[in-house]
Formats: sequence, structure tokens, C-alpha cells
Amino acid sequence: MSLLELKDVTKQFGGLTAVGNVNLKVEENMIYGLIGPNGAGKTTIFNLITGIYKTTNGEIYFNDSRIDDLKSFQIADVGVTRTFQNIRLFKNLTTYENILTACHFNTEYSMLDAVFRSKKYVKGEKLLHEQAVELLEIMGLENRKDVVAENLPYGLQRRLEIARALALRPKLLLLDEPAAGMNPEETLQLLDLIRKARDQFKLTILVIEHHMDLIMNLCDKITVLNFGKELAEGVPDDIQNNPHVIEAYLGEGDAEC
Amino acid sequence: MSWYYIEGILILSGINLVAVLGLSLLTGFTGLFSFGHAGFMAIGAYAAAFATMKLGMNFYVALLFGGLMAGIIGYVLGKLTLNLKGDYFIIATLGFGEAMRLILDNIQYFGGARGWPGIANYTNLTNVVIINVIGIIILVNIINSKHGRNMKAIREEEMASNIIGIDVFKYKLKSLMISAVYAGISGGLLAHYIGFLQPKMFQLIKSTELTIIVIFGGLGSVTGSVVGAIVLTALPEVLRNVKEWRLVLYGATVVFIMITRPQGLMGGKEFRVIHIIKRIVSKLKAPLNKEVS
Ligand SMILES: Nc1ncnc2c1ncn2[C@@H]1O[C@H](COP(=O)(O)OP(=O)(O)OP(=O)(O)O)[C@@H](O)[C@H]1O
Ligand SMILES: [Mg+2]
Repeated sequence: MSLLELKDVTKQFGGLTAVGNVNLKVEENMIYGLIGPNGAGKTTIFNLITGIYKTTNGEIYFNDSRIDDLKSFQIADVGVTRTFQNIRLFKNLTTYENILTACHFNTEYSMLDAVFRSKKYVKGEKLLHEQAVELLEIMGLENRKDVVAENLPYGLQRRLEIARALALRPKLLLLDEPAAGMNPEETLQLLDLIRKARDQFKLTILVIEHHMDLIMNLCDKITVLNFGKELAEGVPDDIQNNPHVIEAYLGEGDAEC
Repeated sequence: MSWYYIEGILILSGINLVAVLGLSLLTGFTGLFSFGHAGFMAIGAYAAAFATMKLGMNFYVALLFGGLMAGIIGYVLGKLTLNLKGDYFIIATLGFGEAMRLILDNIQYFGGARGWPGIANYTNLTNVVIINVIGIIILVNIINSKHGRNMKAIREEEMASNIIGIDVFKYKLKSLMISAVYAGISGGLLAHYIGFLQPKMFQLIKSTELTIIVIFGGLGSVTGSVVGAIVLTALPEVLRNVKEWRLVLYGATVVFIMITRPQGLMGGKEFRVIHIIKRIVSKLKAPLNKEVS
């Protein structure tokens, strides 16, 4: 039984097939890589899994139940969340508030509880505060607690987005180019952080990345996409030596040289 | 200026403030603009007046009744229109506000367009202040809870709100309903202060005035809304002496603030006495520290 399974998933935009008949099986506790040239359909697959787009065809299963007919927030509820290629933080809120907001459904109190400051509210807020502080520490953001998100350096914004996703206690985390725009040192730190998060939160991770050394280092298994179709699937060593993959990445003209 | 005159301005400011507080939740904290909140005020005003004058209900129960009616209509309006993308929702609220006025124009039972005179004057400075204090406490408690944070998240970034599990539609609906209840109560207060109701009182210009106050005070600031409501309600009255230049000066003031402080007077910040004391203390300490080092 796989944690996430895509069966023959297709997404068309007008005449363009952004994703065509893709099959994908991600097992629990795995770090799974999704790579491919620009416009291959990687982000579109994330948008399909998280319900931002509806599939044209095919089915998506999580924990053996269908999720492609759920709304985005319901998919988050069952334990799937993500980061975005172009960072989408709550820009005018602080680092702490970004994380605190995302902790919201780890406690249940009604709006009336809030209005009357009931015991349930006080207890709930205390719990959320503790969780947020814990995440700040794990992600090394505690000294930026009160910095407004849009004023954080770029690398830390990416990190905060991961922290915000972890606040949901997801089972499956989708990372869309988490190392984009990072320098080699930051990328190395990120690698560590992703591994640490996987172990500590018992996560399964699906990651899109263009940094090949990061992907090859990090992933247990990789799927390569090209023009919306699966080009290859396998362990990093196989992928690196697959002639189709080399060709797709270098372009036909270059491959002949 | 006599106290009677000042008291009148304060009561009108307070009545406006109740509606502004609700609108502040919708616009300042949830990021949804409305040009129809005068419609909710109208519902609250007529419903409350109906309750006191025709049913003989207690004034405060009648205010709640008016708020409740506005909230119910807010719920229906939200269900129908909150799925529309941003700008269309604004247009829908605009249509709603004008429709409300036209409907009331044609209900002869409430006096139609000629108006409804002789409503008892139950509103006074004391109950306006008390209702505002309660209104502010409720609003602040909502904002400082996970529910308020979810609304702020929607204001900041709707797609990210979705993927952290916030039911965006539900929270927009809640925010709209709460703001409608506030507007309804404000309408009830107005009816029982002026003692006369006419659909003309709830035109588009009234909705615009409420939105201008929220923006003027600063989106996402409750204290900004309070200051905004008092300043912008009092301003036209203070300027009454300059007659025809009144509205020009009013407009110019708003434009001036918008240009010099685009984030509004308070712009997301709250005015806290403690902060100011802290700042003064740290200023006093600074020279002392210098001497030590
Ligand atoms: N909302 C949309 N409407 C129309 N076309 C779209 C839409 N979203 C994506 N596409 C198209 O689908 C194709 C796949 O895009 P996608 O963003 O999934 O690529 P990607 O693999 O993530 O690329 P990159 O590495 O550049 O991020 C592209 O041709 C893109 O133009
Ligand atoms: Mg992409």
C-alpha cells in the first residue's frame, strides 16, 4: 500500500496537455524526487495533488482514499500540505504569527470560547503557542520570531514556509524547489533540515528540485517528467545514467556533441 | 459650542463606530471590501424600530433583533456571492445596498420613501458608549484567536490559507455575518437617536463613508477605526461654519491622509498605552546607560 498514488492523471489547459497519464506511487517515509526540464508539468502535479487544480482525468489516492474530488483545505486536513515555487507567506505577519496561524487545527475552540475567553480558549492558545515556539526552535528561526515575514532574507523565507507547512503535522509534505535561489551553503543546510524534519515528524516527502546534487543526495526514488509525460523512474543511480534523461536535460542537439 | 452639540456629535460618532468596527473585521482583517453595509444598517434600523414601536419590545432586545436580522441577510448574501472572485463580490454588495433601499422605498407599512417619523428616542451617550466598549472587546477577542488569525491569513494570501487547511469560504462568511450584525445594531441605534427613518439615509454614500473611515483609520487596526470614526464624523460638523466648502475640505482631508499615510492613520498597528510608557522609559534610560559606559 502506497501513501500517495496517482493513477493515469491528466491535466489539460485548453489544448495543452500539461500532465499526461502520469502514474506515481510514493511509499511511506520515503523522500521522493520529481524532476524534469522547465514546463515539464511538475508544479502542475503539485497543484493537482493539493486540489488547487482539478484533474481532467485520472485518480489520486492518499492513504487509500480518493482525494482528487476534495477541496484544498480538506486535503490539508487529511495530512497533505506543501510549499510554493514562488514563496507564498503571510507577508505582513511575523515569523511567529505565520507559524501560529498554521497550527490552528491542533486545537478546537469556538468563536464564542474566544469572545468569552473561556478555559478552552486559554488552554488552546497556550498549546498553539508552545507548538509554534517548538517549531521556531527546530527550524532555527527563534531569533527572527518577531520579524515581519517579507523582511526576512530569502533563504529564511523558504525555511519559514517549510516551518509553516510542518505546523500542520502533515503526513505528506510537497516541496516545490525549496533550494531555489539559495547559495551552496544554504542548500547544504536545507538538505540537513529536510532529513531532520523527515525523521522527527515521520514525514513522507515529495520534492521538486533543479539542483541535481541535492536531489541525487536526498531522494530514495525519482520520477523524471518531460512535456507532461513520465520519462523514467528509479533510484538516483539509474536516473543519472539513463540516456533518455541525459538527452531530455541536454536537448537533442547538445546530446550529439 | 454647547455640551448638547458636542454630545450629539459624540453619539453620532459612536453610532458610526459600531458599524465601522464590524466593517473593520471584514475589510481590515479579512481583506474583503463592501459597498453595501448601509444596507445592513437599514435592515437593523427598520427591524429594531419595528420591534420597539410595533411589538413593544425592550430597546436592547430590539437592537439585538435588528443585528440578528442583518446577520441572517448577511449570511444569505454571503452564501450567494462570496464564491465570486474579489471585484465581483464588491459589485454584489453595491447592488445589495441599493436594492435594500429600493425595497424599503416601496414598503408603505414603514412609510415608504416619505419616511417613518415618531420613533422613540432611546439612544443616549451612555448606552452608545457601553455598546461600543462591548463591541470592541468582542472584536478584539475574535481577532486575537485562531479564528481571527485565519481571517488575517485569508487577507494576506488566500491560496496559502487553503493549503494550511483554512476553509476560506466559511471564514469569509463568518466575517461578513459578524460585520452585518454590527451594522444592524448601529442602524438600530441610529433609528432610536434620530427618531425618524427614511430609506434615503442608507444610500451608497453611507456605505462609502463607512469604508472611508476604515481605510482612513488604517486597515487592520481597531484603534485606527475608533479614531477614524470620531474624527471623520466630527469633521463635517466642525466644518459646518464654512458651509459649501464643508464637503470639499472633508474630501481634501481624506485625500491628504491617504497620500501622506497610505497605510491609514494607524496602519495595522494598535495604539497601546503600555507601548508608549515603555518607549518613554527606554528614552529616559538611554542617557543613563551612556553615562555608565
Ligand atoms: N494555469 C495554467 N493555465 C495554462 N497553462 C498552464 C497553467 N499552469 C501551467 N500551465 C502550463 O503547463 C505546463 C507545465 O507547467 P508547470 O508549471 O507544471 O511546469 P514545471 O515543471 O513546474 O516547470 P518549472 O520548472 O519552470 O517550474 C507549462 O507549459 C505551463 O505553461
Ligand atoms: Mg514549477
